[in-house]
Amino acid sequence: MPLLEVDNLKTWFHTRDGVVRAVDGISFELEKGNILGIVGESGSGKSVTVHSLMGLVPQPPGRIEDGAAQMDGRDLLTCAASELRALRGKRIAMIFQDPMTSLNPYLRISDQLVEPLVIHEDANPKVALPRAIEMLEKVGIRDAAERVHSYPHEFSGGMRQRVMIAMALITNPEILIADEPTTALDVTVQAQILRLLKELRDDLGISVIFITHDLGVVAEIADDIAVMYRGKIVEQGSVLSIFENPRHPYTKGLLACRPRLDSTFTILPTVADYLEVIETTDGETELREKQPDLKQPEPESKVVDDNEEPLLEVRDLAVHFPVRASLWRRSSEVVKAVDGVSLSIYRGHTLGLVGESGCGKTTTGRAIIKLIEPTAGEIRFGRDYLQHLPPAAMLPFRKRMQIIFQDPYASLNPRLTLEQTLTEPMQVHGLGEGPNDRRDRAVALLEEVGLEAAFLRRYPHEFSGGQRQRLCVARALALEPEFIICDEAVSAMDVSVQAQVLNLLRELQQRRDLTYIFISHDLSVVKFMADTMAVMQAGKIVEQGDAEIIYHNPVVEYTRTLIEAVPQDSLDAIRARVGG
Amino acid sequence: MTAAPQTPEGASLWRDAWRRLSRNRMALFSFVVFTLITLACFGTYGYLWATGGMDATGGDLAKNFQPPGSAHWFGTDDHGRDVFIRVLVGGCISLAVGFLATAVSLVIGVTYGSVAGYLGGRTDAFLMRIVDILYALPFVIFVILLMVMFGRNFILMFIAIGAVEWLTMARIVRAQVMALKNTEFVEAARALGYSDMRIIFVHLLPNMLGPIIVYASLTVPAVMMLEAVLSFLGLGVPPPMSSWGVLIKDGAEKIDVYPWLLIFPALFFSLTLFSLNFIGDGLRDALDPKSAKD
Repeated sequence: MPLLEVDNLKTWFHTRDGVVRAVDGISFELEKGNILGIVGESGSGKSVTVHSLMGLVPQPPGRIEDGAAQMDGRDLLTCAASELRALRGKRIAMIFQDPMTSLNPYLRISDQLVEPLVIHEDANPKVALPRAIEMLEKVGIRDAAERVHSYPHEFSGGMRQRVMIAMALITNPEILIADEPTTALDVTVQAQILRLLKELRDDLGISVIFITHDLGVVAEIADDIAVMYRGKIVEQGSVLSIFENPRHPYTKGLLACRPRLDSTFTILPTVADYLEVIETTDGETELREKQPDLKQPEPESKVVDDNEEPLLEVRDLAVHFPVRASLWRRSSEVVKAVDGVSLSIYRGHTLGLVGESGCGKTTTGRAIIKLIEPTAGEIRFGRDYLQHLPPAAMLPFRKRMQIIFQDPYASLNPRLTLEQTLTEPMQVHGLGEGPNDRRDRAVALLEEVGLEAAFLRRYPHEFSGGQRQRLCVARALALEPEFIICDEAVSAMDVSVQAQVLNLLRELQQRRDLTYIFISHDLSVVKFMADTMAVMQAGKIVEQGDAEIIYHNPVVEYTRTLIEAVPQDSLDAIRARVGG
Repeated sequence: MTAAPQTPEGASLWRDAWRRLSRNRMALFSFVVFTLITLACFGTYGYLWATGGMDATGGDLAKNFQPPGSAHWFGTDDHGRDVFIRVLVGGCISLAVGFLATAVSLVIGVTYGSVAGYLGGRTDAFLMRIVDILYALPFVIFVILLMVMFGRNFILMFIAIGAVEWLTMARIVRAQVMALKNTEFVEAARALGYSDMRIIFVHLLPNMLGPIIVYASLTVPAVMMLEAVLSFLGLGVPPPMSSWGVLIKDGAEKIDVYPWLLIFPALFFSLTLFSLNFIGDGLRDALDPKSAKD
């Protein structure tokens, strides 16, 4: 008998614009000691599903229309609020995506760990403390007895996620719900957390519902998979069967659109290659399978002449931030965010800059285009040296070098229409003849990035993340630059959207002969984009060279760790894990 | 969603805001009420001034403390003056002080605060210490000082109040700018080569309108009350001129016996503040593209 049995769950949201069927009749079972991966892109209803089980759906506008969720003969959906509260945290625990914000910064770790015990077991905080320490040790925090008294900010992101897990598990729950628990973490930390969850499952026999948009992650951890799309489970089965023999076109698309370390695609397949969504006349949608056309164009060979100069050459770049001592006295201590970085890129090439958060890759990118003043070093762009140029003298170069940021939600001014966003740079730099010409150019830009001309008078909030990132690309292109820095440009996106944006970037590179620095923590993405690659660690470049060669033959230990940490989703790896 | 035309017309924040505001009934109604009050006040003032009827405010002592009736709609006060006329004429002073001082504080506060917040570092520290020093200056002593130096002058009151009210506005704006200036759209603007002034006034300012409008709509009544305090101390409008603040204070002293002396100016005062609040709320919503659906 399964531990949790969800039957025909329907959670709808009643908004002013009509009913949104966030979860529309899904059923699944969770066996004791199993890890169930629920996979889907944002908006597919995967989070709403578990929130419904936990009674965390805001009502109104949400309403659970139908269904049952049986646990020990009790229906989680209909039982009294007090009963549910007793279950929540005691028998079902939950961890969230962002470990930076899910711990209270003003309370010590010890207080936060003991709190569930005080609430659910009426324990004395003093007596409960040893249990908290024991739990911290279990999730792999060294010197737990001392560190239990620290505050959250004294822990790194991965450590905080461990603390979150410890907090969730301290009451010995039977079910742990993990909502994108590794999405905000670096690959190496992600690998550690996944390993930890598997160990805890083996040791404690808990069941886990693991929610993610990343099929690679579930391949690494789950026993069973449910694929969600538009509020419905379109396919479910064991991890091996899904990866070996996906039936639903959406699953096929989702599997194909992930850039992988062992593939040599030049264009990524997208979900749209596999699946056609047809709006029928009565407002319903119908999914139709398509035969994908996976013909790959010949990879263009990028030959460099012997006497060709690199477009951009950076030598011994350093950015030091002073540790501020007081208002009047400059402290001599500095943080060396970038410490002697040298790079060179030829025209039309892509340099992948890889490293974990805090390694200085973002600062390097910003220093190159002088958003941050470099402390030392040389930046040659074309024939000019940029390092000593004052802001006013940078103006002509702003036209030639652009940047695309990670968060498409934050990088567009919410109060400007698309037209204003796109025409303003032209206006500042004197491009185009008059407002009408600039508007025509804006239309052309929108079409080039795959958006409609009719969007011109809309505001950014009306668009999805992927559309907004296209918009950011369009804005960067408005000045017709030669060189673009893509700073984690696809890191915040679902894999299916990521594939589209990556394809767009490559297509634009070919058409406009663009040169990119592609900054990312995701090696498989860099592998897809880059010709040459530089691996950064603690402000320095530890390995640099041809991307393909580095992947196959990493020289430095750190590079090897990074490559190994990428989730293994090959069938062999899955078979080896589940013993199929 | 309707089908959009092939060549879309230009849209801008202000044009869209106006369209949204014109659909907000409460804001429109408030706007009408507010306009009527303003017109009545300044119209009466202008009429009395033009016909030389200002003397009528002198009143008739024999008819003092008459309750509201057909002869005197709002009754009469201790000097036998018509309260209706006094409320309308007093409104001129209150509205003028309220709006001019708020405008002064808006202009100085927003400019000062955004420059300090955007430039940061030592410039910010220096500019903000000046604000702290001005905060520490006792307001009444500051006003007396001004009077001593420049003589008793109506204009001085605007300057005095404006000079004090912008301080908080500057702090609010500075905090907003500091929160916004590290967002990626500001960095993108810098990468596109926009000037600092352009970034502050085109990109940052529209994103801070919410708190600015809310604070400004709180400043207007605060300033009106401040004017009443000054007048009470003999530093504001000289008698027999009046303002809502002065009338309310006088009325409050006689509330047990002659309630109409308080009720009518207070009614006008609250009506104005209510409508200002609704207009402010409406403006704030209208200026936020996210708040309304097309």
